[in-house]
Amino acid sequence: MSDSPLSSIVATEEQMLPGGWEMIVGLEVHVELATRTKLFSGSPNRFGDEPNINIDPVTLGLPGALPVLNKQAVELAMRIGLALNCRIQRCIFHRKNYFYPDQPKAYQISQYDLPLNADGFLALPSGAVIGVERAHLEEDTGKSTHIGGATGRIHGSDYSLMDFNRAGVPLVEIVSRPDIRTSEQAREYVSELRAILEAIGASDAKMEEGSMRCDANVSVHKPGTPFGTRCEIKNVNSIRALGRAIDYEARRQIDIIDSGGVIRQETRHWDDAEGRTHTLRTKEDADDYRYFPEPDLVTVDPSPEWIEAVRAALPPLPAARRAMLQELTGYDPQSEAIIVAVERGQHEYVKAIADAGGDPVKALIYVTQAFAEAGASPAVPAADIAALTLLERDNKLSATQAKTVLAEIVANGGGDAAAIAAAKGFEAMDTSAVEAMVDEAIAADPDAWAKYCAGEEKAAGAIVGRIMKASKGKADGKVVSAIMQSRRGS
Amino acid sequence: MTQSGSPISAADVAKVAHLARLDIDDAQVENFTEQLAKVMGHFGDIDALDLTGIEPMTQPYPLVNVMREDVELPTLDTDEVLASAPAAEERRFRVPPIVGTEG
Amino acid sequence: MATIPTTASEIAAAVAAGSITAREVLEAHLARIDARESEINAFNLVTADVARAQADAIDADIAAGRPVGPLAGVPIALKDNMCTHGIETTCSSKILEGWKPPYDATVVTRLRAAGAVMVGKTNLDEFAMGSSTENSAFGATRNPLDTARVPGGSSGGSAAAVAAGFSPVSLGSDTGGSIRQPAALCGVVGVKPTYGRVSRYGLVAYASSLDQIGPFATTVADAALITEVIAGHDEKDSTSIPQPSPSLVGAASQGVAGMRIGRVVDLPGGAEPEVSARLDAAFEALAAAGATIVDITLPSLGYALTAYYLIAPAEASSNLARFDGVRYGLRVNAADTNAMYGATRAAGFGDEVKRRIMLGTYALSAGYYDAYYGKALKVRRLIAQDFDKAYESVDTILMPTSPLVAFKFGEKADDPMSMYLCDIYTIPTNLAGHPAMSVPFGTGAHGLPVGIQVLAPALGEEAMFRVGGALEAAAGGAQ
Repeated sequence: MSDSPLSSIVATEEQMLPGGWEMIVGLEVHVELATRTKLFSGSPNRFGDEPNINIDPVTLGLPGALPVLNKQAVELAMRIGLALNCRIQRCIFHRKNYFYPDQPKAYQISQYDLPLNADGFLALPSGAVIGVERAHLEEDTGKSTHIGGATGRIHGSDYSLMDFNRAGVPLVEIVSRPDIRTSEQAREYVSELRAILEAIGASDAKMEEGSMRCDANVSVHKPGTPFGTRCEIKNVNSIRALGRAIDYEARRQIDIIDSGGVIRQETRHWDDAEGRTHTLRTKEDADDYRYFPEPDLVTVDPSPEWIEAVRAALPPLPAARRAMLQELTGYDPQSEAIIVAVERGQHEYVKAIADAGGDPVKALIYVTQAFAEAGASPAVPAADIAALTLLERDNKLSATQAKTVLAEIVANGGGDAAAIAAAKGFEAMDTSAVEAMVDEAIAADPDAWAKYCAGEEKAAGAIVGRIMKASKGKADGKVVSAIMQSRRGS
Repeated sequence: MTQSGSPISAADVAKVAHLARLDIDDAQVENFTEQLAKVMGHFGDIDALDLTGIEPMTQPYPLVNVMREDVELPTLDTDEVLASAPAAEERRFRVPPIVGTEG
Repeated sequence: MATIPTTASEIAAAVAAGSITAREVLEAHLARIDARESEINAFNLVTADVARAQADAIDADIAAGRPVGPLAGVPIALKDNMCTHGIETTCSSKILEGWKPPYDATVVTRLRAAGAVMVGKTNLDEFAMGSSTENSAFGATRNPLDTARVPGGSSGGSAAAVAAGFSPVSLGSDTGGSIRQPAALCGVVGVKPTYGRVSRYGLVAYASSLDQIGPFATTVADAALITEVIAGHDEKDSTSIPQPSPSLVGAASQGVAGMRIGRVVDLPGGAEPEVSARLDAAFEALAAAGATIVDITLPSLGYALTAYYLIAPAEASSNLARFDGVRYGLRVNAADTNAMYGATRAAGFGDEVKRRIMLGTYALSAGYYDAYYGKALKVRRLIAQDFDKAYESVDTILMPTSPLVAFKFGEKADDPMSMYLCDIYTIPTNLAGHPAMSVPFGTGAHGLPVGIQVLAPALGEEAMFRVGGALEAAAGGAQ
C-alpha cells in the first residue's frame, strides 16, 4: 500500500475523532476464488473435506512438481478487476520466499510489481469513492491445528498438525488505497465488496468460513499533516469485528501519541473476545522475502478480446441492481428491503413478479419476507406471486390473509392465490360488517378508545387486536384503520 | 546501489544463513565468508558492463498465456504420502510447536 | 545366447524382431554392472527387479504379437534427480535419502511407453551442483576410462554408466553443462536440448530457468533417438515448448554440406592446448565434409560465468527451501519449527549445496537484488543477443565442451572457483536456452577423451545433430 504523504480525502466534521484526529485506513482483503480446482494444479478447491485428500505433487511442493495456471482463476480475477474499475494488464508471477509449515514450497507464488489488476476504485453506496491500488492473484496456504497448551492457540502449544487441502487454493488480494476515514466506511467497503464478489460469481466471500479475510492498515494524523505510522491489524473475522478493531486501534494510537509516545510500525492481532489488539511482531524482524520472478510460470497477457468477453459476461453489479429496484418500487436504494433483496440475489425475482403484472412494492416485501430462508431463486412461478400482490393491493385480501396464502404458495412451490384464498374462506369482508366490529371493539375497551381519541396512536393496537381476533384475521387492517380514524373524527 | 564486487562480511553470512534456515557454527561462518568473498570478488567483472536499457531475461523461451482448464485431475493417495512424512497424526503432518509468525 | 548389440537402436530392432529377448539384453547389462559397479559407483540404486519385470513384459508383448515402442528392451539409467513412482529418488543428498516419490516424472512415463527398461538411478553431485560428482552424499563416481579421475558432473553417474557399458543410453540433466561436460570427460555423446523441449515435470529442480533433461549415448544416432522419445509438449510443464518432438535420427547421417559453422574468434581462454588442437581438427574435418567455417564474435561470453553463478544459486536457494523436514525427507527433531528447519537443513545438505544456497540467498536479499540478481538477468540478455546476432550468419557454432580433460579426484574440490571454471564453455547455452551437444573427438592429455561441443539456436536440434553426426563420422574415420 503506498501512502501519499498528504491526503486529498479529508474526513468530514462528523467523521473526525475527538481532539482533531483523523483515522487513515486502508484494507487488504483476500478472497478465495470459486473455481473447481486449485490455482496451479487440478486438485479440488473444496471447503470442509477430510484432511489431506485434495493433494497432488504441486499442492504438497513435492520435489519436481511444476505449477500450471488455472485459466478460470484468471478469468474470475479479471471479473473482480473489471467490477472494481481496474486496468487489466500484462502480468507475471513472483515467488515470495519465507519458511512456515503451512507454506509447502517455502515460497508463495504471488504477484509483485506487475499485478493483473491495477488502479481501480469502489464507489460506496453512501457516496464515498475508495481507491483500489491492485487486485492480484496468489495461492492460499495450508491450515494448521495447534495441539496442547491453551486450546487452539499457537502460543504454548505442544505441536501442530498440518492439512494442505487449502494450500494452492486461488486467492485474489484486493488492496485499497488509504482512502477510508471511518470504521463505518470500512464496514461499508467490505460489505459492498462482498456483495460485488457474490454478484459476479467470483467468490462466496464468507468471512466466517475464511473464504474472505480482511487485514486493516490503520494510522492516525491531524488533517494537513503527513500520515502517521501505520499498524496492520490481522485476525479480523467479521465485518462487525472490523469496525471494532479499527476504532480500538485508532483510539490506542491516539492515546499513545497524546501521552507523548511514538507508534511503532508493526503487525497487531485483533482479539475479538477481549476487544483489543496486541503485538504480533514488529517490522524490524519481518522477513526479507527475496521476491523474484517465478521461473516455472510464463507471462499472462490478456488480449483486449479476452478482456471484453469477460466484461460482456459480467452480470449487473449490486449498485445497478439496487438502482433497478429503486426504479421499480420508488424505495430508497439504501432501504433495508432493497439492500436485503440485492444481497440475497432476489432482485431478478422481484422484477419477474413485477413483469408478470404484479405490484412491485408488494413483490419486494413478499420476496424479502417470505423467502428469507428460500435462497436466491425460489421455485415459485413469478406469476403466482404477482396474482397475490394484486389481491392484496385491491383489498380483496387483508395483509394477514395474504401472508397466509403466500406461505401456502411457497410451501407448495406455487398455486393459484385466488383459489387458495377461497378455500380458506378468505374473502374481503363487507365494509359494513367491519364497521359493526369496530363499534363492538370500542364498546368493549372504552379506555383504549379514549386514549386513542386523545391522540395516543399506539392505543389503537388494543382495538385493532380485538377486531382481528373477532374476524379471525379476515378484516383488512387498512379498512379497520380508516373506519377508526373516521369514528375519531380525524 | 551496492557494487557486485563489494566484500561480504561475517555478519552478512550469519544473516543469510538465518534467512536460508541453515544452522552454521562460527567456524563455518568464517569459512563461508572467505569462500563467498572470493567468489563474489570474481563476480565484480560484470560491473564493467553498460547495462542501461537492457531488459532482464528471466526465461529463455518467451511463452505467453500458458493455462489449463479448470478441470479436476487425480489426487495423490493420502496414506502413501503420509507414509513418507517424518511425522504424521490424524491424517495430518505433525510439526514441532510453531514460533514466530507467517508472512 | 545371441551377441548383445551395443547401441540402443540395434537393441530395439533386434528385440522387436524377436532375434533376442529384452530379458537377455537386460541380464547381459546387469552382469556388467555386477562386474564393475563396485569400482565405478555409477548408481545410487540398481533397480534389477523393476527392470526384469519391465523386460519380461516387453518379451510377453512381442511373443503375443502386440506392437512395441521404439525403445523396446533398451536398458536405460536415469539420473537420480528424476522422480520414479515408488522408487527411491535421492538427488544424492542425505536430505532425500529413502524418499520414494508418489509420482513419475514425464520423461519416465515416456520412456516406459516407448518400451525402455530402467536399470537404475545414477549418482550425481548433490542436487546437480558440481562438475565432478565428488559432491554426492553417497560417494564419488569414478571415470571408467581412468578410475583415478572424475567422470565430470553433475550427471557423472549417467555418463559413467554409458561409458562402462552398464546401459547403452542414460538420461542426465544439464543446468550449466551437467550433461555435456561429463559426456566429454567420459568419451560419450551428451545432448542438452532447447530449454522447454523436454518436460521438466518430475525433475527435481536445481535452477528452473536453466535445467533441461537430455540423453547420454555411445552414438549420435542413439542420442537423437532418445531425444525424439523424451521431447515434445507436456501440459504439466508451463515452460514446455508447444512444438511437437522433432525428427532427428535421420539428421545424424545427413552430412554438413553447405552448412555454415561458426568459429568464435573471441572465445575466452583457459582450454588445455590439446583441447584447442582438437577443436582446430574438428573445424578442418567439417570443412573437409563440405561445411563453411565462418568467424563470429560473442563479446559477452566472458561474463556468462558470473551471470550463471548468480542466477542458478538464486533460483536454487528458493527451489531447495522446500526441504524443510515437514512433508518428506530428513527431519532433525528440535524444540520448535524454526530450530527444526535450521538443524534439518544443516544436517541434510552438503557443503557445496549450502554454499550455493547462501550465495543465492545473498544475491536475492534486500539491498542486493539489483546489484547481483537483477544485473545478472541483464547480462543473460546480452549473451542471448550475442548468440542471436551470431546465428544470423551461421547455422551452428563449435567450441570445446570442457577446457580440461578428466581431472583427478580432489584436484579442484577445495577451490569452488576453479571448479566453477570447468563450466565456462557450457554455461552460455543454458543462459540462452539453446541446444548443444558434446561429441567425442579424439584424445587430449594423458590419452583422455576430448569432447567437441556443437551449439545451435533455439529449436535448432536438427542442424546440431547433422554437425554432431559429421564429427562422429570424422572421429571414427581418424581412428
